[in-house]
Amino acid sequence: MATETLTLGKALNTGLRKALENDPKVVIMGEDVGKLGGVFRITDGLQKDFGDQRVIDTPLAESGIIGTAVGLAIRGFRPVCEIQFDGFVYPAYDQIVSQVAKMHYRSQGKVTIPMVIRIPYGGGIGAVEHHSESPEAYFAHTAGLKVVTCANPQDAYVMIQQAIASDDPIVFLEPKRRYWEKGPVELDAPLDAAYPLHSSRVARAGTDATVLAYGPMVRTALDAATAAAEDGRELEVIDLRTLSPLDLTAAYESVKRTGRCVVVHEAPGNLGLGSEIAARITEECFYSLESPVLRVTGFDTPYPASRVEEEYLPDLDRVLDAVDRTFGW
Amino acid sequence: MAKGDPGVTTRSRRAAPRSKRAASAATGEPELVQLLTPEGERIESAFGPDGTEYRVDFTDEEYRGLYRDLVLVRKLDAEATALQRQGELGLWASLLGQEAAQVGSGRALRSQDMAFPTYREHGVLYCRGIDPIMPLGLFRGVDQGGWDPNEFKFNMYTIVIGAQTLHATGYAMGVHMDGRTGTEDGEAVIAYFGDGATSQGDVNEAFVWASVFNAPLVFFCQNNQYAISEPLERQTRVPLYQRAGGFGFPGVRVDGNDVLASYAVTRHALDNARLGQGPSLIEAYTYRMGAHTTSDDPTRYRIASEVEAWQAKDPIARMKAFLVNQQIADESFFTEVDEQARTESVHLRERVLNMPNPQPVTMFDHVYPHGSPELDEQRAQFTKYMESFEGSAH
Repeated sequence: MATETLTLGKALNTGLRKALENDPKVVIMGEDVGKLGGVFRITDGLQKDFGDQRVIDTPLAESGIIGTAVGLAIRGFRPVCEIQFDGFVYPAYDQIVSQVAKMHYRSQGKVTIPMVIRIPYGGGIGAVEHHSESPEAYFAHTAGLKVVTCANPQDAYVMIQQAIASDDPIVFLEPKRRYWEKGPVELDAPLDAAYPLHSSRVARAGTDATVLAYGPMVRTALDAATAAAEDGRELEVIDLRTLSPLDLTAAYESVKRTGRCVVVHEAPGNLGLGSEIAARITEECFYSLESPVLRVTGFDTPYPASRVEEEYLPDLDRVLDAVDRTFGW
Repeated sequence: MAKGDPGVTTRSRRAAPRSKRAASAATGEPELVQLLTPEGERIESAFGPDGTEYRVDFTDEEYRGLYRDLVLVRKLDAEATALQRQGELGLWASLLGQEAAQVGSGRALRSQDMAFPTYREHGVLYCRGIDPIMPLGLFRGVDQGGWDPNEFKFNMYTIVIGAQTLHATGYAMGVHMDGRTGTEDGEAVIAYFGDGATSQGDVNEAFVWASVFNAPLVFFCQNNQYAISEPLERQTRVPLYQRAGGFGFPGVRVDGNDVLASYAVTRHALDNARLGQGPSLIEAYTYRMGAHTTSDDPTRYRIASEVEAWQAKDPIARMKAFLVNQQIADESFFTEVDEQARTESVHLRERVLNMPNPQPVTMFDHVYPHGSPELDEQRAQFTKYMESFEGSAH
């Protein structure tokens, strides 16, 4: 088995390359994805090797990127669209929600739209406004779409290929602040290996409380678990990986053991994923819970100026504080 | 217009006064490609703004076929309108007045060409060989439109205004990438939209995309003068076909009530596209004689004299006058066509009334190609719930 140490960004690049190699119908499209290799260089070198008909630099119009990808998908291609930043996806929102998500349903199964919409998302990189948002709830609320996010290089490498191979339209959220974090990547990993696309994963086993996180917050949750362990408290961290559909199998099992649950995400708390997760865990694990499911989230403000984003974003201390509260009930 | 050509200039002068009232002040004089006058007089050839000459050469049989198409789609449309008025359809978007634009463009398509319609292209749908009952399920609320877009090369109806122009553009890019352009038997794509849609961002993005990727695509705008109640001058201050120039491809305005010109202009544009010469815009200058949909009341926003002026340009009346004058068809033919239209509309009515309601559980079908655990669970719970009712057949 070939295992390499790659950054999450390079793992995505390698996964995209493999998808282009394996299926001639895969095309990558977006602003600056060609010569520049994307503003985060996730598509670096791909146009050079696969040509400008496989890796397409598009005009600057997000609705156009998604809308033309719909047509390409109807034609039999498998488009992988890059939206440059989270806050720029909204001009394409109508195409994603009204067209991409519903075409299979409206055609009563006769048309499939096997496309992937890659969005670097979340904060923590000191960016200006519209560059640090977490729009996952908008998409997870839309039937017909699937929403996934990766948290480490191995998942990035495998999940991007799984998403491209899937016949579902998938919003693929990339935790941009983790692009530069390194980890081992098993390059020969079979796509249907230990973790099929639509499944959560226990990132750290523990017995005292369950922390649910996804994307950029998995690292934060793991750091909190390490710190908690020094105080003698074993946290179980679950990486949800798929936000729609939610796989809470491992979460239910875990909460029934620990009796305590904290959900962490960067997006604002109001009607965020955490609300749905807390409701489901309450329904499923009510008699096992020692305390209410708590949420640690961004605040219900627009994403703030970057000089205060450290205070906005859930961090190790806020996660540990929530864990403490679940014990103090 | 090719102003150097005296014959064409004459045609243009003759057409202009008749169209003047309907043409909004904001959009200037229409310069229509016309091959059949409202009186049914045949024009040998006409020129587009770039000097392209348009002409058609149909056999008598083909002329009669076009007439038959026009009458049939009008009758089926009228039947659907009546069904809505009787409460059998939730809504209907009538094509009344736009038959020539739809039949002309629809018949210009070759079997390999792909069409992306709005929700009003019942005439194009008919030309594609799709059972006319298909869109009625959507408007009756028993399904969401039942045809297979890939089989008939006619995509689903699209209700969000202009969204389909991007889909058509992407599809056309795919045709090009598949190497299916550049030859006589290449593929072309056509995108239908209305005058209101030209204000949408998606349509303008589609123009940009199609142009820079040289997509084999014909943008077919049926300018029926109104976007629900909003007149053309609320959408544009320049004639719509002239917009194409700013995007880098040709635009032409055709008399949308003239089935021959609609055919000629569309066939030419499609052939250019399939040969690899890129996109073009056709503005079919026409008029919606009915309401936008059965939900609105056009007497609130337009005057009777305007409607009457357009009535005089009726696409079927002029084709009939032509067929009579040229002795291409006689009274028995017209009677036979009317009889066929009546029979088909009665048949359509019977079938619509017998369309079964879907089983409620089918609402869970086809959300995802391979399902979703959450949805599968909801389906199971729903099924159990329905079965809990005494005597439930579900």
